[in-house]
Amino acid sequence: MATEGGIERSRAAQAEENITDSRAEQIYVAPQWLLMWWKFRKHRMAMVSGVVLIVFYFAAIFCEFVAPYDPESFSTSYTLAPPSRIHFFDTEGNLRGPFVYGMKRERDPVTLRPIFVEDTSVMHPIRLFSPGQPYRLWGVFESNIRLFGIDAPITEHAFFLLGADRLGRDLFSRIVYGARLSLSIGLVGVFLSLIFGVVLGGISGYYGGVADNIIQRVIEFIRSIPAIPLWMGLSAALPPNWPVVWVYFGITVILSLIGWTGLARVVRGRFLALREEDFVLAARLVGSSEMRIILRHMVPSFLSYIIATLTLAVPGMILAETGLSFIGLGLRAPAISWGVLLQEAQNLRSVALAPWVLMPGLAVVLSILSFNFLGDGLRDAADPYSR
Amino acid sequence: MIQYIARRILLMIPTLFVISLISFAIIQLPPGDFLTSYVAQLRTQGESIDAAQIEALEEQYGLNQPIYVQYWKWISGILLRGDWGRSFEWGRPVGELIWDRIGLTMMISLLTILLSWAIAIPAGVYAATHQYSFADYLMSFISFFGLGTPSFLVALIALWVGLAVFGVNISGLYSERFINEPWSTAKVLDMLSRIWLPIVVLAIDNTASVIRTLRANLLDELSKPYVETARAKGVRETALIWKYPVRVALNPFFSTVGWTLAALVSGETLVSVVLSYQTSGPLLLRALTSQDMYLAGSFILLLSTLTVIGTLLSDILLAWVDPRIRLEG
Repeated sequence: MATEGGIERSRAAQAEENITDSRAEQIYVAPQWLLMWWKFRKHRMAMVSGVVLIVFYFAAIFCEFVAPYDPESFSTSYTLAPPSRIHFFDTEGNLRGPFVYGMKRERDPVTLRPIFVEDTSVMHPIRLFSPGQPYRLWGVFESNIRLFGIDAPITEHAFFLLGADRLGRDLFSRIVYGARLSLSIGLVGVFLSLIFGVVLGGISGYYGGVADNIIQRVIEFIRSIPAIPLWMGLSAALPPNWPVVWVYFGITVILSLIGWTGLARVVRGRFLALREEDFVLAARLVGSSEMRIILRHMVPSFLSYIIATLTLAVPGMILAETGLSFIGLGLRAPAISWGVLLQEAQNLRSVALAPWVLMPGLAVVLSILSFNFLGDGLRDAADPYSR
Repeated sequence: MIQYIARRILLMIPTLFVISLISFAIIQLPPGDFLTSYVAQLRTQGESIDAAQIEALEEQYGLNQPIYVQYWKWISGILLRGDWGRSFEWGRPVGELIWDRIGLTMMISLLTILLSWAIAIPAGVYAATHQYSFADYLMSFISFFGLGTPSFLVALIALWVGLAVFGVNISGLYSERFINEPWSTAKVLDMLSRIWLPIVVLAIDNTASVIRTLRANLLDELSKPYVETARAKGVRETALIWKYPVRVALNPFFSTVGWTLAALVSGETLVSVVLSYQTSGPLLLRALTSQDMYLAGSFILLLSTLTVIGTLLSDILLAWVDPRIRLEG
């Protein structure tokens, strides 16, 4: 009996060993990206943030479809209307699915301020893929199917998920449209910084010497002057009669003129570390050209660091655009970005009457937090061999 | 040491030169020149200005001469005569307008650094020595949140809370009755009762990043052998942590205090626009929107210069504290 138990136990141990062996083998043969993915998956906040950002960018890309209303359509009877309450049960307690009541504007008998009350005689069910105002997706595809909406035009009855602004426009639709500019400016700006950063940081780290010295001094110089006053000065110089698209690119160029420094430092650090690696020496000995050494051998081995750093650089860009547009030196209405929308919140009376005009700020905070968490997770995952 | 200081000051000169070039470029960027607007403004006010006067002004600023002459006239006026040019919007020399405001901006930024260090250093040390404790998680959460919320938004929310909950308008650096008063004890006290708001708002950002970096640096240090050795020798835990690894972990902050200062001056500009403070932000914004370019250029020049000087002072201080720095580089 005793021996049988012993055999049993050793078998179990053997099986366990096999499992750990195969697990170890799996890790051993896994390609780098798979290792990174395993490591990244453990960072729960980064995973959640990734999902949030996918949703945000989906909304930004398909904003015409996601927004229930055209961002410019308005209704004078709903100025600064509060967010609509979504009901599931009618006044008699019957389940009716999600719906909103009509909204009536009345005056508060004491303060004489306009207040909005629900008109329980009118009911508008909220439908997915409901037909609404016609639009052209990306200016090409005509349609009138919106992700959700009610069966009444904005001028009669409105469904304001996040309330309405001073002119009676749907704030949710405007935030969704604003995402397109605000979220893309971060990516475009970071892409430009990437070009500056990789070229200059690469030269600095690969060649060293005088070039390195000069570039490092330039970086120190740029980082030691206050960015926002400089950004303000430069963007105030953009001609006021420029079309939105030009201003947009002007702003991104201005932002990345200062934003490339952080990236250049990371690239330089990686180059300095890799320059001494054996595989670089080997490549040089077999006669690879410098371009090939850099692009084929060095860049792939620090690509993941670059991606992580890029992710961490996006929030700064988004913040800068929001800040500049907020004080009126960045994008200007009729362009819709989160900063432009927040301009409305500069008016204290609006904020006091209708705190929901601060909602674009929430969108900014959410996207910045998500980029920070995502970048954190990517940075941890970038080196899958580290503990 | 003197050699180190001398070298740093010499290195600063090209930096300041480039700053002045950029500021001058910003003055020159908008179409038209300020004299045209100035003359137009005088005309709309019904004042007559004759050709001789215009010519005298043109001569003074070198407007009809090549650009490098204009630059030289502008910078030499500042360096040799303390003449910052004229603000045409205010009809006064720029020098009279900016010093008060720049002073307040610098004061707010410095106080912010002090406040954020006073909070962040103990907090960061606690987070690192009690890794994965509840307080550690709480602090990481708070600091992530601090990094995620732009200061101007926090200022905006503070304004709203002040108005909605307490029914007070907390914008403005002084109460209304003090705005046009000369400086007095009452005015200073009034200012002190309000100035904490921008300092706290600005400190959130910086505190968050200091906590995060200090925690990471300190965690690296804590696992090093010298800490183990000291512990084996029986040094008391508190004394040990504060005397050795914390000092090493703090070094990067002192060496980048200039960047912190730049970031704070930057943030202060936006926050004070939101809170409509009588610091440099709102005046710079107004100067830029009304193309009052000498005023705007002087602000940018002076803010950047003071930041660079602040960096220099902190470097000297650091070299004085840490011999490795003055020897190596």
